[in-house]
Amino acid sequence: MARTLLLRIGQALITLWIVSILVFAAAQVIPGDVGRTILGPYATNGQVAQLDHKLGTDRPYVQQYWTWITDFVRGDWGESAVQNQPVRPLVLTAFKNSLYLGLFALVLIIPISIGFGVLAALHYGKATDRIISVTGLSLIALPEFVMGVTVALIFGVKLRWLPVDSSVPSLADPVDWFRQFLLPAIPLMFVLFGYISRMARAGTVEALQSNYVRTATLKGLPTRTVIRRHVLRNSLLPTITVIGVQIGYLVGGLVVIETIFRYPGIGQLTLQAALGHDLPTLQAAVLLIAIVYMISNLVADILYTVLNPRVQLA
Amino acid sequence: MTTEPPPIALDPAPAGADPLFDPRHARRLRRREFLRALVRSKTFLVGAIFVGFWVLDAIFWRAIVPHNPDTTGINTFAGPSSAHWFGTDNLGRDVFSRTLAGASSVLVIAPIATALGVAGGIVVGLTAGYYRGKVDAVIGRIVDAFLSLPLIIIAVLVMASLGRETRNVILVIAIIFTPLVGRTVRSAVLVEREREYVSAARLRGERGSYIMYAEILPNITGPVLVETTIRLGYAIFTAATLAFLGLGLQPPSPDWGLTIAQGYEYISIAWWIIVFPALALATLIVGVNLLADGLRVVVEE
Repeated sequence: MARTLLLRIGQALITLWIVSILVFAAAQVIPGDVGRTILGPYATNGQVAQLDHKLGTDRPYVQQYWTWITDFVRGDWGESAVQNQPVRPLVLTAFKNSLYLGLFALVLIIPISIGFGVLAALHYGKATDRIISVTGLSLIALPEFVMGVTVALIFGVKLRWLPVDSSVPSLADPVDWFRQFLLPAIPLMFVLFGYISRMARAGTVEALQSNYVRTATLKGLPTRTVIRRHVLRNSLLPTITVIGVQIGYLVGGLVVIETIFRYPGIGQLTLQAALGHDLPTLQAAVLLIAIVYMISNLVADILYTVLNPRVQLA
Repeated sequence: MTTEPPPIALDPAPAGADPLFDPRHARRLRRREFLRALVRSKTFLVGAIFVGFWVLDAIFWRAIVPHNPDTTGINTFAGPSSAHWFGTDNLGRDVFSRTLAGASSVLVIAPIATALGVAGGIVVGLTAGYYRGKVDAVIGRIVDAFLSLPLIIIAVLVMASLGRETRNVILVIAIIFTPLVGRTVRSAVLVEREREYVSAARLRGERGSYIMYAEILPNITGPVLVETTIRLGYAIFTAATLAFLGLGLQPPSPDWGLTIAQGYEYISIAWWIIVFPALALATLIVGVNLLADGLRVVVEE
């Protein structure tokens, strides 16, 4: 158990290292001189060279990568090239804001999706099952921005129930959470619903067909008890894994959603940094996203093993 | 795609032989049966109608649009009427014409990107699955690295560095699809490589590349075909999202994603600018997904 765990963590670290190289490489292909981009067309060549030297962009790539990654690990994420302030608080604040929005969506949608997934499985092959499955599939297929502008149009503009621009809610006021977050969370929840309910359904169908459930039914346990004690406990295992994976998706969805609802989160920050050629911010934000994704996957894996002793991690 | 067998047959079946034992004939029979099963699938047919509509529109839109999609006018923000079925936008352009014209960009970008990504994925997946061992481990880690970032983040990163040209949209989608398709192909290859025909070819002393591309690949066309259709849906999804974020096509293109992004500014006064392109995009994506689902069911049977 401890060995497999270490192996998994080792694998995750190697993957992160490759990601960091990819992130660095992708950001370095940006055409044009970094100093020139910052100073603009009216700066002299001497000024540009001086800034390049100060930023270290005139050194070899390997050296630049090494400086960047060691500084990152030490907690020095550099200065934003556009906003004239350190990158770390910028990225961490945005990340915290996104975390609120993402958690809000997850907390609301996980019980709903699992409920509908189990419901579909219990009505396997019947109309209820088909409606839930088809709805889930169509919700996955549609781009978040289509759903985002649609809910903004209906609930924000036509019905005027909720604001179209979301801001960070005051933490102590749960009503404000719903007011600020419900609209942006809906498209995210739609997609999450599709994945999680499908997984919950598949797991439940499998559990329902198993021998231990048949035994439990035959020995006369009431259906409710069979479902709660034997079906759910086993069917929700794969669902945990899929939730871990979905946290990664969530960040991608946030790029679009935060842009639509003008919410100051990590997605919007990443997009703005990319559009504004703010390399230090872009690199730090993307690497942070990768780390979060890796950790949530790892935790899901570990939970899965802990809860299911039959599984041995390869 | 042609249904004719290749013209040169080195080893034609002797006349009068049982047609069922002629491999070419058997393959043709199987293909015909496959097509018949596809046509019987309601899911596939509905999907084909949606997709067929937009493909025809993407080719012939110039002949059917009532107005030039780029012609501006003084009649701005006009609601839907008999003169402008879907209304006009902020520059007085006809939204109906622009919606019809907007299909072509995404229907060029997505299929090319998918084809490139699938080709890359086949190479990666075959190599990793056939050679296993160290090759597989190295490819696996790189694939993991790609998959550990949300698709749209990779796209944003690469588009920002390469520039917002259509060529780069295609490139970035193809790059992202390569590991995804590669993973599917790899798992299909892992099953196939244990089959007898592969060991037979290996005993004959065939080269690895011959076994991979001439022996294994033809036997995994089913899963590859399904994967391709699913990816096509995602390619449309991604291309539209990039355009929406301002990282793809630039104005005055009538591309749906771009139009929705621009129309969003006027959402409180002119809903029609975004609703019709959004519906168009939704029908196209749902169509491709139905197509993929119908195909998957038929292939699995």
